[in-house]
Amino acid sequence: MKLTRMTQNQTQSTSQSNKISTYLTLIVFVVMALSIAALFIAVDTYFLGDQIAAGVLAAIGLIAMALSVFLLYQSRQTAAQVKIEIPKVMTTVGCVKNCDSKTSREFQRGDYVFKELDANCEKCGGKQMIVAIFKEVKEKEKTYNV
Amino acid sequence: MYVFFIGFIFYGQRIQMYIMIREVENSLHKLRRIKEEGKKIAIDVIKELGKPAIDPSPRIDRYLEYFTIAPQSMDPAGIVAKLDHILDTRDERLKEEVKLMAPQLENDEVQINNLENTLEAAMALNFIYKVVRHYYIQGKKTLSLYVIMQLQMILPLVMKEAEAYASALKAFAYGQPIGDGAGPLVAGRLMHGYEVRKLPKDCVIASVPLEGRTALVIKAEGPGGNVGKPGDAVEAAIEENEGKIACLIMIDAGLKLEGETVGEVAEGIGAAIGGPGVDAFKIEEKLTKYKIRNYAVIIKQDIGDAVSPMRKEINDSIDKAIEQVKLMIRERTKEGDKVIIVGVGNSIGVGQ
Repeated sequence: MKLTRMTQNQTQSTSQSNKISTYLTLIVFVVMALSIAALFIAVDTYFLGDQIAAGVLAAIGLIAMALSVFLLYQSRQTAAQVKIEIPKVMTTVGCVKNCDSKTSREFQRGDYVFKELDANCEKCGGKQMIVAIFKEVKEKEKTYNV
Repeated sequence: MYVFFIGFIFYGQRIQMYIMIREVENSLHKLRRIKEEGKKIAIDVIKELGKPAIDPSPRIDRYLEYFTIAPQSMDPAGIVAKLDHILDTRDERLKEEVKLMAPQLENDEVQINNLENTLEAAMALNFIYKVVRHYYIQGKKTLSLYVIMQLQMILPLVMKEAEAYASALKAFAYGQPIGDGAGPLVAGRLMHGYEVRKLPKDCVIASVPLEGRTALVIKAEGPGGNVGKPGDAVEAAIEENEGKIACLIMIDAGLKLEGETVGEVAEGIGAAIGGPGVDAFKIEEKLTKYKIRNYAVIIKQDIGDAVSPMRKEINDSIDKAIEQVKLMIRERTKEGDKVIIVGVGNSIGVGQ
């Protein structure tokens, strides 16, 4: 990613691989197929009259199915979490004469706090200066009432 | 049913270990990707800003493997000077290396400092990855539950630190102020508009009238990524004034405990400065010699906030910290006294 295009890119996440291990997916799908087979056999066995065997097979099938779905969901979640979030950083420009006029814009490379800018204040005509650079964290932190 | 029960009696621990290994493995993959991303950012920045004639990748690979050997401590007398010398040598060596990687920036100290900081963050990510990988492989080789368990237990904290460094990489590359810059930002606000001169090493000082006293405000020189050597700067300022200083106030970013609010300002006593301890030692020595009282103000944040772009809450707490400093000066010194105020931390993105 070129830094010159930073302002456009800074709010995006960096490209990360969302791939899940092929072996894991394969295993999960094999288990899922076996669980479906077990469920079918359970239905067959039930109609043949062996209710206990049918119950055991159905339980095995359902548990295996639940486990494979859970594993797949967990792996997808883990893969999705691998992202470096790049926060949006804002620059606040103020007036050197302290006329209370403040504007905010996205951070540009070369900005630093106390940097005097060439542009003049629209309100009083005085020199402008960068007074703050910060990021805003949007998500609320979890509180634990203790 | 019995087979499962007996199976769990004999293999329960092993199953538990495999689950842990899997967890560690996932985190290790994540660390590897973060580390690679870090290296890529460093290479891109150097290529873009430094315009090197040759590909800087091999040199960056070498840089990331750079190590520092701590001085022998069997006879601890004089170890601070030895450590100081080693740290100076390391700093100079790394800076030279950055200049070789980015020849076009040889005279641009701000960008050289920012690049050095970017590479140091990449170095930290590389180190974290290698240590976690070491214990993971060792645990797998020996199939020791306790090696894996220890690693799995500290992993959330390690991951948090790695994510913080990943975030820091971008901040350093772009020259954005970070949470650790809270101290220099307080000092910058106090000294802005007054005559500033340089102090050893990589620090600046300004004499500022404050609450009827004279405040000698010190910070690391910005806006490049630089923490300076506040120990040397405070020593120099005290000696210049022949020890006639009423008190020293240090403002730094302090690690918050879980449950505390980001940007909370707290007051205390002592040398508020992190790092290997060389600067704290020098400051304490000088303060003890001249019997100068030492007060501290910290702006609370967690490790992630300290190395990533400054949060709004931290920026908003700067005024509170300044008010706290003024209050301390009013209550604990007399009019006409001289006080030293040091804004400790990384001055990246903070001028003066």
